Amino acid sequence: MSQTKRPIMADKGQMKSAIKRILGYEVKYFPVPFFLSLFCVIVSCISNAANSMFIGTIFVDDILANISDPDILSRLAMYLGIMAGIYLCGIVSIYFYNFLMSKVAQGTQKKIRDELFEHMQTLPLSYFDTRTRGDIMSVYTNDVDTLREAMSRAWPMLVSATFSIIVVGVMMFITNWMLAIIVILLTIPMFFFTKAVTKSSGKYFVKQQISLGKTNGYVEEMINGQKVVKVFNHEEEAIAGFNVLNDKLCEESTKANRYSNVLMPVINQAGTLQYIILGIIASVLLVYKDNLGSFEAMFSVGTVVSFLMYSKSFTQPIGVLSQQINLIVMAVAGATRIFEMIDTPSEVDDGYVTLVNAKEDENGNPVEVSERTGKWAWKHPHETGEVTYTWLRGRVTFDDVDFGYVPEKIVLHNVTLYAEPGQKVAFVGPTGAGKTTITNLINRFYDIADGKVRYDEININKIKKADLRRSLGMVLQDTELFTGTVKDNIKFGKLDATDEEVIEAAKLANAHTFISNLPNGYDTMLEKAGGNLSQGQRQLIAIARAAISNPPAMILDEATSSIDSRTEEMVQKGMDAIMKGRTVFVIAHRLSTVKNSDVIMVLDQGSIIERGSHDQLIAMGGKYYQLYTGNAMKK
Amino acid sequence: MLKTINELNKQLGKYKKDILLTWFFCVIETMCEIAVPTLTGWLVNLIKGEAVCFFSESIVIWGPSTEINLSRVFILGGIMILTAVLAIITGILAGWFAANAACGIGHNIRKSMYEKIQKYSFNNVDKFSTSSIVTRMTTDITNVQFAYQMTIRASLRAPLLLVFAMTIAFIKSWQLALVFLCLTPVVGFFLLFIANRVHPTFVQIFNTYDHLNQEIQEDVAGIRVVKAFDRQKEQNEKFSKVSLFIYKKFVKAEAMIAFNSPLLQLLSYTSSILICFLGATLIKKYGDSFLTTGDLTSLLTYVFQIMFALMLLSMVYVQVIIARNSAERIVAVLKEEPDIVSPENAITEIPNGEVIFDNVNFHYFSNPDHNVLKNINVTIPTGSTVGIVGSTGSSKTSLLNLIARLYDASEGEVKVGGHNVKEYDLTALRDSVAVVLQKNVLFTGTIKENLLWGNKDATDEEIAKACDMACASEFINRFPDKYDTMLDEGGTNVSGGQRQRLCIARALLKNPKILILDDSTSAVDTHTDATIRGYLKNEKPEVTKFIVAERVLSVKDCDIILVMDEGEIVAKGTSEELYSSCQIYKELVDTQLGGGDFDVAN
Repeated sequence: MSQTKRPIMADKGQMKSAIKRILGYEVKYFPVPFFLSLFCVIVSCISNAANSMFIGTIFVDDILANISDPDILSRLAMYLGIMAGIYLCGIVSIYFYNFLMSKVAQGTQKKIRDELFEHMQTLPLSYFDTRTRGDIMSVYTNDVDTLREAMSRAWPMLVSATFSIIVVGVMMFITNWMLAIIVILLTIPMFFFTKAVTKSSGKYFVKQQISLGKTNGYVEEMINGQKVVKVFNHEEEAIAGFNVLNDKLCEESTKANRYSNVLMPVINQAGTLQYIILGIIASVLLVYKDNLGSFEAMFSVGTVVSFLMYSKSFTQPIGVLSQQINLIVMAVAGATRIFEMIDTPSEVDDGYVTLVNAKEDENGNPVEVSERTGKWAWKHPHETGEVTYTWLRGRVTFDDVDFGYVPEKIVLHNVTLYAEPGQKVAFVGPTGAGKTTITNLINRFYDIADGKVRYDEININKIKKADLRRSLGMVLQDTELFTGTVKDNIKFGKLDATDEEVIEAAKLANAHTFISNLPNGYDTMLEKAGGNLSQGQRQLIAIARAAISNPPAMILDEATSSIDSRTEEMVQKGMDAIMKGRTVFVIAHRLSTVKNSDVIMVLDQGSIIERGSHDQLIAMGGKYYQLYTGNAMKK
Repeated sequence: MLKTINELNKQLGKYKKDILLTWFFCVIETMCEIAVPTLTGWLVNLIKGEAVCFFSESIVIWGPSTEINLSRVFILGGIMILTAVLAIITGILAGWFAANAACGIGHNIRKSMYEKIQKYSFNNVDKFSTSSIVTRMTTDITNVQFAYQMTIRASLRAPLLLVFAMTIAFIKSWQLALVFLCLTPVVGFFLLFIANRVHPTFVQIFNTYDHLNQEIQEDVAGIRVVKAFDRQKEQNEKFSKVSLFIYKKFVKAEAMIAFNSPLLQLLSYTSSILICFLGATLIKKYGDSFLTTGDLTSLLTYVFQIMFALMLLSMVYVQVIIARNSAERIVAVLKEEPDIVSPENAITEIPNGEVIFDNVNFHYFSNPDHNVLKNINVTIPTGSTVGIVGSTGSSKTSLLNLIARLYDASEGEVKVGGHNVKEYDLTALRDSVAVVLQKNVLFTGTIKENLLWGNKDATDEEIAKACDMACASEFINRFPDKYDTMLDEGGTNVSGGQRQRLCIARALLKNPKILILDDSTSAVDTHTDATIRGYLKNEKPEVTKFIVAERVLSVKDCDIILVMDEGEIVAKGTSEELYSSCQIYKELVDTQLGGGDFDVAN
């Protein structure tokens, strides 16, 4: 539905800057084909105009006028030979024009598409959290698509039409400037008529698009809820609602199409009318040419024939332009949205502390090495030029942290906590208490407003984001897998993992049994991001994916009770297994997880209101006690 | 193909007359257009002082003269202007009616499809899948409507232009017309050849586009995972590989398409050269009364018209092949017959909420060899509360779907209130059986509008009462606009638990005899869940209630609990009975007891 809110047509300023930018891409990345294609289109326009000139000036005025000359046919043959050469140039260049234009258009498309995607990867998480997936996707599906249509179809037509007008115009002036001025004068009203019609048809076109968006939105929503419609006997009402939109769409699109259908015959025949008027004026001029004195030489029957043809090639491109302009304005509106995304600033990463492979020296201190040792250390260059190394252990501390997704609204207040390496920290509290928010801060999906977060005693702002995130595993509640084999998905956690490592990780995650039972085992393709697996199975793969990267610290978001109990038990076992020996932050929903934690943080409205072990908190008799006694199941 | 087009043309309805009118005006317009070059030829003859004949030499309109006769020029000019104006008027009218017809048929197809889909059973919907039906109703219709728009006029105009132009050329000089006759089919053949060659590549490209979009969608959805594992580079590489494939295929296809206009140019230039040379030869041999300058120039103009006609034809052809798949998919929806309909002389009154499954087997159409329900035999007295537990895939939902005849049992009988469900009027049956589906949705509109789905005549008191029972009033009243709060599509602006409670309230408003809650409180906290069940028990004692849940707590106090496993009812009884007699149930209780649920109120 959100599409209907998006502007369909671009305004003038957007037109200018977007077209400039697209041309910039073309010239920058494809300079040779771009300019070559312009050269080709000029050649083809010239050969076209040469045809009109040849038929009038040479064929009619020379050949046909002197048809009785004995050697006229051989002279004609010679002319035709020359013309054949020109035509051939024209044909070849029109081919290359089309070919090069499409190559440039497709190449530019690819550049923009790749740049868009690449840039999207660098955008901060807030970009994704503040937009619906549908809105982001529609930039790719709608905007990139209309831009492609416009660039590969409308744009080449526009360019060749423009050049055709210019070349024919010049040729007309060369042949006979008086007739040329008459043609141009006759074209002016046609030009304004076209402009007016295009403008109003554009208006109806937008209405039609909005109406289409609404109708399709309705269809999408209602068909997706079709089963509910059936269950509530709501068919009649659904049809009535649909009819209103459909009738309106029919009305709007009929209007829009009537307008654009009117344009073509008028423009075609306006050309003819112009042609007739030209013919009559030319005849009059021919009759009185003896009185025109020095102009006499300018007029011949051939000139008139040539001009009759010129005027056609002069007016037709205007028709073409008018047909394409709506598509182009629409595409530019799309391009504006594309560039908007490309221009959104990337996530800033000014961290300089990096994660390196290390081995132990005789004192047990880390020493950087280039080979994989399975041990990691933070490499910390200081301003003094000195470089220190600290073991990667997984100690995390929060020191008086404040945070808000928007500066005006602080959602975490004075959060202070610490987790020693290997400790398990559970967050409990109602939805919206800030559990997920805290985990978002540890891996710097969001940056804190005030206070400090330290990882192995290093301020996380100093750590390079990629390295920080590599050191933290993550299993989320909404498991996202990618199309590919099961193995690919597990290896997402460690690209160079061997098959043995994959299996080992799967075993650790309790996923090996079900994976082995899949039709192709580890090579089973996951269609549609794992849509062919149950939620529990997807979660098991996600656990294996986190396990294989073997991070010292992990963030876990337990699933709520939407999976059935048996699978849940398996998932639970998998979770328990990878939690061992790691620093773990878990957003807990299950009592067993909470009970087994070293520290439990009870959150409410962005603050930690209670902390301690299960027994301590029960003894305290506060909020945790209430939650426990209120919800735990009694036999 | 023709069958598909016929099937679609049936949808024209009252717009048939618009098509006929379009064609009528189109014929006149084309005739005027064809006349113009001949008239221009005459004008050239007048200027040159040659004779103006009506096609054959024997019908001389104006004889040759030594100087230009201006009055003749004006008469002829007048005729030409009239012709052009007539062409404009008929052209506008043809365009007008073509717009009516194209948009009209789009409208009618949409309407017929939507009405048909409303008659579909769940089975019919499953057969196509929801997303496919949406595509058929949006993209496919748009494609077909566009094809009609492009072809209604062109499909008549192009052949007419071709035939008229050829005919006139033959009348003027058959020798020169032979040039057209030989060249046109060759070029036409190549144009079709290109269209045929390119189409599969485009299909391939668009499939790859789907693939690419899938990749983007996964990336956007999994952006946290991508960032957490620092896999941006790998994602980029994966993306640009597909993107490169699309680019290469496009360039390949475009390299073929790029031949279209040079081919047409080749046709027109070759014809020009041949006509000039042959024409000059003929004139030299037989004198200029045989072929006038005007004839020659008009023949050269016809070259352009033939070229234009060929271009139109190839465009029509391309449109038709592009729209073919869409058209076939639309026709498939229109031809699908709903497989669950009300019987004749149907019973319209459901006596009570008793439910009996008598030897029921059931399988989905997609997998006829796999019975998802086996030998179901159970009697549920009216007014009882029935809990159903079992692991995912144990067919709990399938069982309940048979009660409201959302699907029909493959074997055996499902009885409600003493009658086979197949004997009831469908509307009456579904009015008495309220189902809160597992994947439930709310629709764009206010909360009140959504609730009125249950009963469109419900009073505000009734609505408030239902919301009280579903524990929904407490949060509705906290919204500034209360019952007039707007819900977004799918109700995404309220929490999952709130959505479920609204769905329950909506079902309660139906005042049903049987209420089915299919995992409808999974996102509601345990306390509220219990409160809702308490209300239902006390306020709706006469209603038969089915509760499917993953949480044992939700079904623990039911009169009867059915334990399902792999499509069979493996145990039946109260919680206490089952705990001691049914291993599956015991395990379920024990795991949930051991783990427990630490979910907190939303």
